[in-house]
Amino acid sequence: MNPFKMLRRAFVALALVIGTVAFAQGNLEINTPAISTLKQSMQQRHVQLAPLYASGAVGLAADGTVALRDASSVPLAQRGQVNALVAAENADRAALYREIARANGHPEWEAEVRKTFAQRWIERAQPGWWVQGAGGWAVRR
Amino acid sequence: MTRLNAGLALAWVVMVTAGCVTINIYFPAAAAEKAADRIIDEVWQLREGQAAPATGANTEGAPK
Repeated sequence: MNPFKMLRRAFVALALVIGTVAFAQGNLEINTPAISTLKQSMQQRHVQLAPLYASGAVGLAADGTVALRDASSVPLAQRGQVNALVAAENADRAALYREIARANGHPEWEAEVRKTFAQRWIERAQPGWWVQGAGGWAVRR
Repeated sequence: MTRLNAGLALAWVVMVTAGCVTINIYFPAAAAEKAADRIIDEVWQLREGQAAPATGANTEGAPK
């Protein structure tokens, strides 16, 4: 084969590889049906969770989950319901972290996805919400 | 000579490709943060809430 032709092919192949990798580095795939379903489920649940964040009953934990922080602030009759909400939210969050890692072809990234989310949930929490930092629970200001 | 050139080109492509794959196995922290923010926007419905007043203020303020 003509060496120039060969070289040109090599360059085209290289450009394709670099382009694909650059794209993969710039964005994580989050537009899969599984992730969309989880997002929607969490969005609907947020309507019920938001007042619990505001009252401090539920807080954003350091491990990317939500936690029943102050059970006594929830009337006894509603405690079961709040517990179920927290459990459902945490199940969705765990599935979300796992799905994002999987959708990007790296299931082993799950823990790091979780860590990234944990930081972002906490940093973006509204003032007055309880968040768990290195020094324990604190009100977000 | 031709064979040597072609062989070199192929070897070079293989090496660079391998390099790219090596880079890609590291966790893309910045991309993950961006992805997290996009999902948090949607789950907490922050974007619509913030975008609406900003657009309103812009259209009102523009003619002055």
